[in-house]
Amino acid sequence: MENAILVSGLHKTFGRTHALNGLDLTVRTGEVHGFLGPNGSGKSTTIRVLLGLLRADSGSARLLGGDPWKDATALHRRLAYVPGDVTLWPNLSGGEVIDLLGRLRGGLNPQRRAELLERFDLDPRKKGRAYSKGNRQKVALVAALASDVELLILDEPTSGLDPLMEEVFRECIAEEKTSGRTVLLSSHILAEVEQLCDRVSIIRNGQTVESGTLTDLRHLTRTSISADLATPLTTIPGVHDLVVDGTRVRFEVDTDRLDDTLKHLTAAGVRSLTSQPPTLEELFMRHYQGAAR
Amino acid sequence: MTGLRHLIRLILRRDRVLLPLWVLILAALPAVYAASFAELTPTDEARELYARTTAGIPSIEAMLGPIYGSSVGALATQRAGLTLLIVALINVLVVIRHTRTEEDAGRRELVAATVVGRHAPLAAALVVAVGADLVLGLLTAAFMGFSSGSLLLGLSLAFAGIVFAAVGAVAAQLTENAGPARGLGLAVLGLAYLIRAAGDATGSGLSWASPLAWGQYTQPFADETWLPLLASFGLAALLAGLAGWLSVRRDVGGGLVPTRLGPAGSTSLTGPFALAWRLQRGLLTGWSVGFLIFGLAFGGAVSGATEAFNGNPELAELFARLGGGVSLTDTFISTLLGIAAIAAAAYGIQAALRMRAEESTMRAEPVLATGTARVPWALGHVVFAVAGPIVALLMIGAGLGLTYGADVGDLGQVPRLIGAALAQAPAAATLTGLTVALFGLLPRLTGVAWGILAICLLLGQIGALLQLSQAVLDLSPFTHTPHLPGGEVTALPLVVLAVVAVVLTAAGLWGFRRRDVGV
Repeated sequence: MENAILVSGLHKTFGRTHALNGLDLTVRTGEVHGFLGPNGSGKSTTIRVLLGLLRADSGSARLLGGDPWKDATALHRRLAYVPGDVTLWPNLSGGEVIDLLGRLRGGLNPQRRAELLERFDLDPRKKGRAYSKGNRQKVALVAALASDVELLILDEPTSGLDPLMEEVFRECIAEEKTSGRTVLLSSHILAEVEQLCDRVSIIRNGQTVESGTLTDLRHLTRTSISADLATPLTTIPGVHDLVVDGTRVRFEVDTDRLDDTLKHLTAAGVRSLTSQPPTLEELFMRHYQGAAR
Repeated sequence: MTGLRHLIRLILRRDRVLLPLWVLILAALPAVYAASFAELTPTDEARELYARTTAGIPSIEAMLGPIYGSSVGALATQRAGLTLLIVALINVLVVIRHTRTEEDAGRRELVAATVVGRHAPLAAALVVAVGADLVLGLLTAAFMGFSSGSLLLGLSLAFAGIVFAAVGAVAAQLTENAGPARGLGLAVLGLAYLIRAAGDATGSGLSWASPLAWGQYTQPFADETWLPLLASFGLAALLAGLAGWLSVRRDVGGGLVPTRLGPAGSTSLTGPFALAWRLQRGLLTGWSVGFLIFGLAFGGAVSGATEAFNGNPELAELFARLGGGVSLTDTFISTLLGIAAIAAAAYGIQAALRMRAEESTMRAEPVLATGTARVPWALGHVVFAVAGPIVALLMIGAGLGLTYGADVGDLGQVPRLIGAALAQAPAAATLTGLTVALFGLLPRLTGVAWGILAICLLLGQIGALLQLSQAVLDLSPFTHTPHLPGGEVTALPLVVLAVVAVVLTAAGLWGFRRRDVGV
C-alpha cells in the first residue's frame, strides 16, 4: 500500500457554507505530512471525513486502503487521533482517559505509556476539569502515541503546549517516523512543519492550493536578491519590485527564473551579491493571503 | 455591580423565548383551575362537599397543601400547590443555568475579564429570576381578576420562586459543576416538599420548617395573611447574601470543595458501556434514592386517607358512587404514581440527552475515532435511559409498599405496588424513545423532548379540567397507562406503548448511524 491517505475531489457543505470544495490530499505510507491552511479553510472537516465522523457529499476518500465511512471501526483500530481542542470528562482522571482511549483502540503499550507520561511531565491523577488546555492536549497525545497504530492523525496537536513540551512532541514524532508510522500533522507552527514534515499540502477555502516537498514549494516562490553592480542597470527582465539606487539593485525573482537573471547580472559585472531564499513565512503568507476575502 | 445592566440584557436575550413561555403558562394555571372549579362545582354545597371530602383528606393535603376554604379561589389555591412546586423548580434551574453552567462552560471567564463587577454575574441571574417571578405573580392575579386574594396567591407563587432562586444561587457556589449544583438545589427542594407534605398530612406545625409551606400559609381567598411573604423575603435575602459572600471567597471556576486527585489509570474502563456507566451512575443513584425516599414518605401518608375514609360516610358514599370498587388509598397512590411516571420520563430524557451533551462538548469524537462503533456507543447510554427510569419506578413502588404495608400490616403491598409502579414504565419509555429519535434524526432539536414532556404534564394536569376531547388527551402516552393499583389492567395499551418506544429508539439509532457527528 503506497498511500496511507488518498483523497480526491472532496466536497462537503454545511447548509450554505461550502467547507470542502474539491479537496485533494495524498499522504504516502511512512511519511510525515504537513497539513496547512488558514483558520476555517477546511482542515478539521477533512480530518473528520477521514475519521468517518462526517459523510462527504461527493468525491472519494481512501484511508489505509479502506473506505473511511463504511469501514470506520476496522480502520480506527489502526489509527490514533488527537483533536485540536481536547475536552475531557470532568470527573475522569487523565490516566483513566488514556487507558480508556487506548483500550478502545485495541490496547496500548504500558511501558511506552509510562515513558511518555514522564517525558511530557503529566500527572495522570488529576481530574479532567483540573487540567489546563496544554495538559488536556498532553493527555490526548500520550493516549495516541502509546497506542500501537499505523497512522497518527494530529489536528493542531501542539496548540497550548509550552516550547519545552513542543520540543518533546517533535522528538516523539521524529521517533514515530523512524519506526515507520505515517503521520498527518495539521499545524500552524511553521518551524515544526519545516523540521518534521516530508511533504506538505496547503489548503484554502476547502481546496488544495499547493502540495509537495518544501523544496518543491520553495521553487514556486521568489528569492530576494540585492546586488552592487559594476555598471548600473535600469531594467532587468522578468523580475519583480525592482528598486534601483545608483549601482545597487534590489528585486525579487521567481525561483525558476533565477538562472537567467543571474546571467543578466554577471553580464553587468557583480561586485557583491546577497540572495535570500524564500522563508516559509513568505511562502505561507502568499498562500494564506486572500483566504479571508 | 458594574456591568449589571449588560449582563441582565444578555440573559434576557438568551432566554427570550423560554422565559416568557414559562412565566405565561404557570401564571395561567391558577386561573384555569378556578375556571374549571367554577364549572364543575357551581354551587356552594358542591364546593363545600368537595373541600371537606376530597380536598381535605390528609393524603391530598400532603400532595397539594392545606385547604382553607370552599370558595372557588380557595379550591384553586390548593390545586396551585403543584404550580408552586414547579415555579420553585424552574427558579433553581434558571439561576444555576446563568451562573454555574456559564462558569462550567468557560464563558464566565470571558465575561469576567471585561469591565464587570465581581458580584454582577450572580446578581444579574437573581435580578432576572426575581423579576420574572414578580411578573408571574402579577399576571396570575390579572388572569384570575384582580382581588386581594388573587394578588396574594400570585405573590405567594412569586415569593416561593424567589426563595428557591436564592437556593439555586447558593448551590451554584458550592459545587464545581452545573450537574451537582442542580442536584443539590433539587435535593433541597425535594426535602422542603417532603417536610411540607409530612407536616400537612399530620396537621402538625412541622410544615413551618419548609419555605414551600410559607407560600400556602398566606391563605389566599380565606383567612388572608401577608406575614409568610415577609418570612420568604427574609430567607431569600439571607440566602442571596450568603451566595454573594461565598462567590467572592472562591475562584472563578472553582467550588468550595477542592477537586481531589483521581486514580493514575484504570482497569475497569474497558469499553463504551463501562464509560456510559461512569457517566450515568450518579444520575441513576440520585433518582433511585430520591424515588425511594418519596415512596417511603408518601406510603406513610396513605393511611391517613384510609382513616378519613372510615370516619366519613359522605366520602364513602362518594366513592361508592364513582364506583369501580376502587378504594380511596388506591386512587391516591395511582395519582401519585401518575406524577412519578412524569418524573421518571424526565429522568429518561435527561439520561438520553447525555449522549447529545457528549457529542456537542466534543467528547464523543475521540471515542468514536477509536474502534468503538456508533451504535454500541449510543446503546451504552440508551440502556441507562430506558432501564434507569424502570429502576427508579421500582424504588418508589417498593418505598410505598414498605411503609404503607407496614402501616396496614400487609407486606403483600410491596409486590402489588411495585407492579403498579412498573406499569408506568412503558409510558415513560416512549419519551426516552422520542429523545433518542430526535438525537438520531434531528440532533439540533433534542431540547424539544422537554417541551413534549411539559405538554404531557399539562394535558394530565388540566386536560380534563379544560374538557379537552379524548382525542387530544390520547396524544399523551400517560393517558394510556392503567390506573394502578385498583384499576383494570389491559395489556394492549402497555404493549403498544412499549412497541412505540422500541420503534422510536431504533429509528434514532438508525439515524445516528447515518448522520454526521458533531453537528
